[in-house]
Amino acid sequence: MDAQSRKMIIAGFGGQGIVLVGNVIARACVIQKKNVVGMVAYGAEMRGGTAYATVVVSDEEIGSPFVDCPDAAIILNQPSLEKFEADLRPNGLIVLNTSMTQRPPRRADLNRIEVDATQIAHELGNLRVANIVALGAFIAKSNLLRMSSIEQGLSELFSSKNPKLIDLNIQALHAGAERSRFCPLKTEQA
Amino acid sequence: MAEKVLLKGNEVMAEAAVQAGCRFFAGYPITPQNEVPEYFSRRLPQVGGVFVQAESEVAAINMVFGAAAAGARAMTSSSSPGVSLKQEGISYIAAAELPCVIANMQRGGPGLGNIRAAQGDYFQSVKGGGHGDYKLIVLAPASLQELYTLTMNAFDWADYYRMPVMILGDGILAQIAEPVELAPYKPILEIASKDYILNGCKGRPSRVVKTLVLDPADGLIAHNEHLQRKYRRIAEEVNLCEEYQTSGAELIVTAYGIPGRIAKAAVRQARKDGLPVGMIRPITLWPFPDAAFAKVIKTARQLLVVEMSHGQMLEDVKLASQCALPTEFLGKGGGWYPTEEIIREKIDSMLNVSGRARK
Repeated sequence: MDAQSRKMIIAGFGGQGIVLVGNVIARACVIQKKNVVGMVAYGAEMRGGTAYATVVVSDEEIGSPFVDCPDAAIILNQPSLEKFEADLRPNGLIVLNTSMTQRPPRRADLNRIEVDATQIAHELGNLRVANIVALGAFIAKSNLLRMSSIEQGLSELFSSKNPKLIDLNIQALHAGAERSRFCPLKTEQA
Repeated sequence: MAEKVLLKGNEVMAEAAVQAGCRFFAGYPITPQNEVPEYFSRRLPQVGGVFVQAESEVAAINMVFGAAAAGARAMTSSSSPGVSLKQEGISYIAAAELPCVIANMQRGGPGLGNIRAAQGDYFQSVKGGGHGDYKLIVLAPASLQELYTLTMNAFDWADYYRMPVMILGDGILAQIAEPVELAPYKPILEIASKDYILNGCKGRPSRVVKTLVLDPADGLIAHNEHLQRKYRRIAEEVNLCEEYQTSGAELIVTAYGIPGRIAKAAVRQARKDGLPVGMIRPITLWPFPDAAFAKVIKTARQLLVVEMSHGQMLEDVKLASQCALPTEFLGKGGGWYPTEEIIREKIDSMLNVSGRARK
């Protein structure tokens, strides 16, 4: 696929804010005038079950909305790691919430960002922002979107839901970005 | 360009309908189109419209029948098994020559099937799923922007020709979110005032809306001939497709809806790699864009049809191309979808075969 196109998957337990992360990424794409297609796995989903969302971002017209072989994955729990690690493209990027996963990725070719997202969220006073901590780490390392667009996307989303949560989410975003500095990508190591 | 907003397919369709003046919606829940009634239930009361969650799909289509007879822009939506239930009502509305819009966000069949996306309802939509000689204008959008525009157009065509118009999407079109520019509604046709509706006959002769034609004895023959004349006229006037890189193409790939956009990406990449490939993506499935195929049979050597079914539009492609070219098929029902890679593999193999054949 063309280099301008990025396909990603966000996966975790239902209730971890998987859909929200997909939504924020897609909104940031709209802000940056990129083409984007987002999709949430639909079916007999339930709180506590595995949930995932996919996002395709491109500067060109987007063909397939499906993500079979993602360039990047944000993995928030162990079952999602088991389910999606093998699908990532060679040298893909994996953001792992180490608070909720029991092992590192098995694949040696992956660029990995390991962040104890749930622990950081706990320190920030709200476990529910673990998803945004992981998102912050991803945005800081992936060069896909500007941090400011994600901030704007978060503000838009929470201004209608609960404006009091905007600051906390932006704090979580930066905490994740900060932690990702300790996870050099393969290109940065070279 | 105006601001774009991020919405789900189901929401885009419902908003377009409201913008186009739809003021009555009746439906019954079924995945993957549940956001349609959900959206209407919130939105229609804001504009003085009526939302009804009906007791069944049959009730919903018949409520639409009534609302259309009373002059409202009316709509119902469902997914495959639910649309099967509506067929009797659709035939009646077509017979009574009333306007309405019906959406089918197709899922896997036959039977209750599953909730994944599929395209197994092409025959039902295009060939007449209910009884009798009737047609629907059938629209197959491939992106949410196109879904938005075509939904608005659907209401215009329905009023202009006095007939039901179907939006034939699938579970993926329904569920994806894409940025959409919500352009204000602009009618594409001049629509006469509705001189057939039942709105109280004080001061004018009474009107009757009916579908039973017993008297005179040949009244139904005349009515059928009238409908057929109308359908022939529509076949000349409504005809949409996207032609992409067809000039100089040896192989024409054709697909509608979501597989259409996947095929386009595969064709775009194949062209970049120097392969003589083009695409025709039918946007109106009835009337079928015959002219586009009549054109390419003079220049192309092969056709490839891609569907999320076991080959239904395939038959219309063969008719439109008069079976003049070898035509291959790629597709499966039940929730399968094509990837850009699998279409590309098929393109490669077809071009190699023809290359050897020429030598």
